[in-house]
Amino acid sequence: MKLEELRAIREKSEKEMALRDGKSRIRVVVGMGTSGIAAGARETLKALLDEVAKRELRDVVVSQAGERGLSSHEPVVSVFEEGKPTVVYGSVSAELARRIVAEHLVNGNPVSGSVIEINS
Amino acid sequence: MSIYRTHILVPIDEGTVQAGVFEVKRTLEREIRERGLEGEVRVLETGTVGIVGKGVLLAVYPDRIYYSGMRPSDVALLVEEHLLKGRVPSSLKHAPLDLQDGAKVLHRTGLTLPQKRVVLDKAWKVAPDDMREVLASGGYAGLERIVADRMTPEAVIDEVKKSGLRGRGGAGFPTGLKWELTRNSPGGRKYIICNADEGEPGTFKDRLILEGDPHRIVEAMTIAGYAMGATKGYVYIRGEYALSIERMQKAIDQAREYGLLGPDVLEHGFAFDLEIKKGAGAYICGDETALLESLEGKRGNPRIKPPYPVAHGLWQEPTSVNNVETLANVPGIIARGAGWFRTMGTEKSSGTKVFTILGHVEHPGLVEVEMGTPLRELVFSYGGGVSGGRKFKAALLGGASGVFLPEGLLDVRMDFESLKENKAVLGSGAVLVMDEDASIVDMLFSILKFFAHESCGRCAPCRIGTRQLLNLAWKLRRGKGRETDLDTMLRLAELMCGTALCPLGQSVIMPVRSAIEYFRGEFEACVKKTTEEARV
Ligand SMILES: Cc1cc2nc3c(=O)[nH]c(=O)nc-3n(C[C@H](O)[C@H](O)[C@H](O)COP(=O)(O)O)c2cc1C
Repeated sequence: MKLEELRAIREKSEKEMALRDGKSRIRVVVGMGTSGIAAGARETLKALLDEVAKRELRDVVVSQAGERGLSSHEPVVSVFEEGKPTVVYGSVSAELARRIVAEHLVNGNPVSGSVIEINS
Repeated sequence: MSIYRTHILVPIDEGTVQAGVFEVKRTLEREIRERGLEGEVRVLETGTVGIVGKGVLLAVYPDRIYYSGMRPSDVALLVEEHLLKGRVPSSLKHAPLDLQDGAKVLHRTGLTLPQKRVVLDKAWKVAPDDMREVLASGGYAGLERIVADRMTPEAVIDEVKKSGLRGRGGAGFPTGLKWELTRNSPGGRKYIICNADEGEPGTFKDRLILEGDPHRIVEAMTIAGYAMGATKGYVYIRGEYALSIERMQKAIDQAREYGLLGPDVLEHGFAFDLEIKKGAGAYICGDETALLESLEGKRGNPRIKPPYPVAHGLWQEPTSVNNVETLANVPGIIARGAGWFRTMGTEKSSGTKVFTILGHVEHPGLVEVEMGTPLRELVFSYGGGVSGGRKFKAALLGGASGVFLPEGLLDVRMDFESLKENKAVLGSGAVLVMDEDASIVDMLFSILKFFAHESCGRCAPCRIGTRQLLNLAWKLRRGKGRETDLDTMLRLAELMCGTALCPLGQSVIMPVRSAIEYFRGEFEACVKKTTEEARV
């Protein structure tokens, strides 16, 4: 790969991501580091994917990343939404994940009791 | 989907299923259809909402009303009154739904206070194995600049030197200088090694970087290889870090696929490749010279310095060993310039530092802040203070080879210089907090146990010294100590500092001296107990 190709791929990816962000209203990221996984993040991720698929939410992307260092709050789920503050949830069980989809992603009401950060 | 004016959530859990939720839901859907409301009202199943023992529940949004004890025969009324006429029928049991109260943070943790995230900025946002996300979020921008601006290896080293970046692995050696020494040492092949052994108790920062942003390390090592004239790099990761190893390997494979590693990186005329080596988890193998032995397939014994690895490292060739966090700073420095890096931190300790806060704090975890942030802020703001409202007694900085600091030094700034002034070290960045009920004697005992266990046994001062120190501390704890034991411990640790072969034995003095200096009373109380018992 040459420099020009790297740049082209980067540009295309940026556009794709933007396009994706354009098409998708919301990006939900699950922290999947060792602590997260040990605390059950795989189940959380599965529940999110399942619930989003079941409700056919085409404008929601569920993704995974590393962890952020909130040790005792794992699994951590962050909700990124265009033009809105980022909402971070802690101790997200599979059940809570389903509630987040129903109440936050569908209805726009963050599930208060479990929010650990709101970040504009 | 926002075209629906109303959503009705139907919580499905054991209780509501038993109470016949599905029949209620079917009736509701039929009613809605019959009244021609399908386009306006949407019925959704959800998991439990935490209200139990109240039969079938229906929650209406955006009105935030929930009905409980719903039967199929109640549904028509709800639809007629609430959905069509917009009023809540009083004959149905209902209540405001205050489960969620807008976006309110109930469980605030200090760990989410504003930080300066540089090396760990992307780790929790970007999928580490999705090359598109990695590139779109600025991955490999440093390497790109080298190629685009035709930066010479010397220019790269110069940029790193100007940034003031110093090693995050403990010693704080200037990174640019280390690279320059390696570059200028005569030798056939040169090597760049990433030290991901992370053996210091209470430290897990490198793991978070490797798990969350492995491409950053691939990029940094490629840049280092280019700068020093090394064609091969090794990532030495402790074997327990299974996920780090997996993600790093994936990143290496992807980089090769994209021509970011290999015989002709970015077709710019230089070759560089990476390989992972797994460590077996011995503390000493984090020391760069023992690490080199281990990499060569031998027992991880430390080497005598000099010669230093920059001249005679892996296979006796010039080698730069750098910590994960150190390397993680490099792509940003090259992409955004030394000037940008210097805007963070202090004059002599530029940039950020990752700390792991643990022990008796409300919010144990990890933060990345600017160098020079006061210890007090780490413990009381980010860490949320001492747990259970108890009083602060001490913080052990930098892990086992670290230093105890008492309450009086809480305002010390966390950078290389300020800590040195207070005879302390930044070390690995671990901050272990101890509350008023914790025993410094016990803590020191457990540290000495660690050292006695991890001493490789090669040199007598360390092999015998760690054992003797452990015995003395054991006696103190068991109430069998003598007044002279404290000075014996200090003398022994000082002797080891001057005579041990490697920094492991040399650094035992750090916890021993600080514990006895700042908390002498606690040790003397042990001795007093002994004398009193003897008198009886
Ligand atoms: C006993 C002992 C253990 C060490 N463990 C580590 C470690 O786990 N990770 C690390 O990066 N450096 C460790 N070091 C420091 C390394 O020897 C070396 O200084 C460091 O990797 C250099 O990288 P830097 O210049 O980027 O800080 C250890 C040193 C000693 C004496």
